[in-house]
Amino acid sequence: MSDPELQIAPGPGERAGEEPLVEARDLVKHFPITRGVFLQRKVGAVKAVDGVSFAVRRGETLGIVGETGCGKSTTARLVMRLLESTSGQLTFDGQDITKVKGAPLKAIRRDVQMIFQDPYSSLNPRKTIGSIISEPFAIHGLLTEKDERRKAVQELMETVGLNPEHYNRYPHEFSGGQRQRIGVARALALKPKLLIADEPVSALDVSIQAQVLNLLRDLQRKFGLTLIFIAHDLSVVRHMCDRVAVMYLGRIVEIGSGDALYAFPRHPYTGALLSAVPVADPSRHGGKRRLLTGDVPSPANPPKACRFHTRCPKAQDLCSIEDPPLEDKGTGVLTACHFPLTREEVAEMGLATVTQSTPAG
Amino acid sequence: MAIGGSEALEVSEAAGTQLDFLDLGGQIAARSPLQLFWRRLRQDRVALVSAGFIVLLIVLAVAAPLVIKILGLPGPNVQNLNLTDEFGSPLGPTSGHPFGVDQLGHDVMSRVIYGTRVSLEVGIIGTALSTLIGVFFGLVAGYYRGWVDTVISRMTDVVLSIPLLLLGIGIGAACAVKGCLGGAIQPGLRVIIFLIVFATWPYMARIVRGLVLSLREREFVDASRALGASDARIMVREILPNLTAPIIVFASLQIPSNILIEAALSFLGVGIRPPTASWGQMIASATPIFNTAWWYMVFPGAALLLTVLAFNLLGDGLRDALNPRGAR
Repeated sequence: MSDPELQIAPGPGERAGEEPLVEARDLVKHFPITRGVFLQRKVGAVKAVDGVSFAVRRGETLGIVGETGCGKSTTARLVMRLLESTSGQLTFDGQDITKVKGAPLKAIRRDVQMIFQDPYSSLNPRKTIGSIISEPFAIHGLLTEKDERRKAVQELMETVGLNPEHYNRYPHEFSGGQRQRIGVARALALKPKLLIADEPVSALDVSIQAQVLNLLRDLQRKFGLTLIFIAHDLSVVRHMCDRVAVMYLGRIVEIGSGDALYAFPRHPYTGALLSAVPVADPSRHGGKRRLLTGDVPSPANPPKACRFHTRCPKAQDLCSIEDPPLEDKGTGVLTACHFPLTREEVAEMGLATVTQSTPAG
Repeated sequence: MAIGGSEALEVSEAAGTQLDFLDLGGQIAARSPLQLFWRRLRQDRVALVSAGFIVLLIVLAVAAPLVIKILGLPGPNVQNLNLTDEFGSPLGPTSGHPFGVDQLGHDVMSRVIYGTRVSLEVGIIGTALSTLIGVFFGLVAGYYRGWVDTVISRMTDVVLSIPLLLLGIGIGAACAVKGCLGGAIQPGLRVIIFLIVFATWPYMARIVRGLVLSLREREFVDASRALGASDARIMVREILPNLTAPIIVFASLQIPSNILIEAALSFLGVGIRPPTASWGQMIASATPIFNTAWWYMVFPGAALLLTVLAFNLLGDGLRDALNPRGAR
């Protein structure tokens, strides 16, 4: 970690000098906008991810939050190598995996797995649960013995809290929460080192969310997993993550330890997000809410310099001229802002304390 | 087990079907899509009758010589000129020849039974081959998109713009006497099947391509890729099983249309050549004498009609049974 641009805010339990498991440097993904039927010409690009850098240490959970369309899922798919990055570099376990293909990529697939957002579309409706969970073994030619494979699958089902006797059932016979557990079992089958969860609970009932989140935490502890957790629900991220990255329009605007970031957000966007967290008792919401107005600008034509300046309550001329670098503003959190929030401003907002609650279970 | 059982009950109630699970000594067996399909199909009388009729046709076709022997009919190519009167007009239906005879003294019933062979061969083999080719190109085009898709889609456009009957007549006219390409192309069963496959695979390819374009965006495809599955595995193991219903339905509706194409080509004299019996060719040779010998056209025509109708009704029944959101 000699690169001065990539200072990582210290997180809890960090051991200095340890090599991160995953590291992304300046990841960029532009989706071309083409016109014409025969000779398609490129008329622009949707800048879904535009220069994202982060590192995740072993055993740690990195949360990525942001509004819909800010590039969270695209980032996940880039790290998962489901999408090819336009530029940038991706390192996993000391190995550059930006461009790997074929057999080496397949080998990496064993170590990096993903849980998908929609439990209704992430399971093939024509396959039984048994064959869905044993697919990883089939693809990698493991446990070729039929009994062995069945036993492994049933153990996995038990691990994630499913009845192993439901082996021969089809996905449509399960509830959303159960389906997500099936997805978790499939992702765990190959004993990955890194698990990427792309909004794993946003499609679930609130009552089921806590169960699945606790399952993920338990499994993380049990298997020593490193987790990249993507969500738009700040309290879910608070519950799950050691460090949090806030994304806006394809960029990380703030990244740091969850405690520091939630207690004292420096970026006005983070402040607005935290200010928008609903409070059960409105009378306890002391301060003025800093709600944003307007829509997120189009990622095909993002604002120049600081991307947030069009909606930022603190924006000044400089913000539309010079892109603020991601740097430590004195709280150990990296913030990309020329005019970060002050303690007074944050106090005035009267942020609801997003507690690190531990739901029973 | 008590817990498992009650859960299963809830799920089955949610699915809206009674008894969606069987609890047999601790083993919970769910109804597979195939079982559900069969349950729905069983309730469709029209489709079942059609299926029964098609089974009967297949038995007739396979066991044609035996059937004719049992019925005491002469073979399809046995000529008995004593059965035509002094003006050359054939005899109508009699107890010895229930469907009458034609102007050459062939027994019409015997020829109708043998004609089943040609129709089913063309219908089933032609459809099977065009389905294979169409599914392959459709899968590849829809999955890879890009230039692969462009090439395949333009190919289907070109093929679909070729008028099949004109092509058939052209081949018939050019190759009837000696055959083309040193005898490789001669009017007959093989050329008819080739023509049908050549002309109909693009329909299947287009349907499959469209479905694959939407299926490939589903997350289970991403999940499979994330696990390291190859493109071929994703296409065959993940996407194809989701296409079985539309493929079966479309293929079952293509069989009757292929039977009709064979009849049309044979009617135009470019298909099955005498003395092989084919319904289309029988109807063609019955046209000039329809005034005096109605039976020669009516019986092969009825056979054609019933066969096509049965396949169409079965196809409709399969479509309804395979579509869980159907009215049934």
